[in-house]
Amino acid sequence: MNSEALQIVKSVVQDLSGELGYDGLHEVSSETALFSGPDSIDSLSLVRIVAEVERVAEEKLGKRVVLADERAMSSRNSPFRSIGTLADLLTERMGE
Amino acid sequence: MLPVMVITGTRKGIGRFLVDRYLEKGYLVAGCSREGFEEPMPKNYSHYCLDVAEEKAVISMVRDVNKRSGPISVLINNAGIASMNHLILTPTATVQRVFSTNVFGTFNTMREVAKVMMSAKYGRIVNFATVATPLNLEGEAAYAASKAAVESLTRIAARELAPFNVTVNAVGPTPVMTDLIRSVPKQKMDALIATQAIRRMGEHDDVANVIDFFISANSDFITGQTLYLGGIN
Repeated sequence: MNSEALQIVKSVVQDLSGELGYDGLHEVSSETALFSGPDSIDSLSLVRIVAEVERVAEEKLGKRVVLADERAMSSRNSPFRSIGTLADLLTERMGE
Repeated sequence: MLPVMVITGTRKGIGRFLVDRYLEKGYLVAGCSREGFEEPMPKNYSHYCLDVAEEKAVISMVRDVNKRSGPISVLINNAGIASMNHLILTPTATVQRVFSTNVFGTFNTMREVAKVMMSAKYGRIVNFATVATPLNLEGEAAYAASKAAVESLTRIAARELAPFNVTVNAVGPTPVMTDLIRSVPKQKMDALIATQAIRRMGEHDDVANVIDFFISANSDFITGQTLYLGGIN
C-alpha cells in the first residue's frame, strides 16, 4: 500500500475516533481492525469515515476518489475491515 | 460569516424568486441552471451553468461553493421539469428526461451537499414534491411518478442523515403560475384547484413560507415530511 494512502486513512480514523466514541481508535496502525473487538465500528461510523477519507484524499490529491461503489461493496472480502485494507483500497483508487 | 445556501433551478420561476428572498434574508446564495443567469448578478449570488443530472458537474459545483463560501447549511432542490401527456402518448425519452432532472438531479445534489453537512454536523435540505402525486393526476404519470420518487428519497435520506443533525423535507406545491404549467388548459387547472381545500392558485410566497419553516434552526425535530399546500393530503 501507498504510504500517503495509509497516512490519510490513519489520520482520518484517529481524528474521528473521539467524535465517534471509539477510544481504541485514538492510535491505529495498518493492522487495526475496524470490525472486530470492543471498538468494532457501526455502519454510520463507517459512512462518516469513508466520506471523510474521500474528502481528505480529494483535498490532498486534487482529484475525486470514490471508495464506496459497487465494486467495493460486492468484494468477497470487505475492503473496509481494517485500516490496512482501507488504505489498500484508497491506493488502488488513487491510481485510477 | 453569512450562512450558505444552494438553490437549484434558479434562472426563472420559483427558483429565481427564492434567490432574491434568501439574499434579502442574509444568505450567500449559490444557484444553478442549464442556462446562464441574468446580468448583472445580485450581490452575494454566484451562478453555475450545469445540468443537475450530471454527477461530475454537481460534484464540482458543491466543491467550489464549499471552497469559496464555506460549509453549505441549506440546500433547496427546486430544479424540475414537467411533462404533461397521456401515458400512451409519452415517449420513453421524455420519461428519462423527467427522471434525470427530478430524481437523479435531486439525488446528486443531496448526496454531495450532505457530505459537507455531515462534516459540519448541521444541515437543512428541502426537496420539491407536487400535489400531482397524491392526486394521481391523469396526464402527469411521468412527472408525478418522478416526484413520488423524490418523496421516497426524502423520507429515507431523512433517516440516514438524522444522526448528523441534517433534516430532509419536501414541499408539495399546488399549481403556481410558472413556465411549468403555462401550457395546461384553464379547464384542467380549474378542475385541479377544485380538489384543494383552499381553492386558489399557489403563490411563490406560499412555497417560501414552507421552506422558511423547514430551514428554521428551530425545526430540528422535523424531518422526512412532505408538506402539501392548499389542503391536499
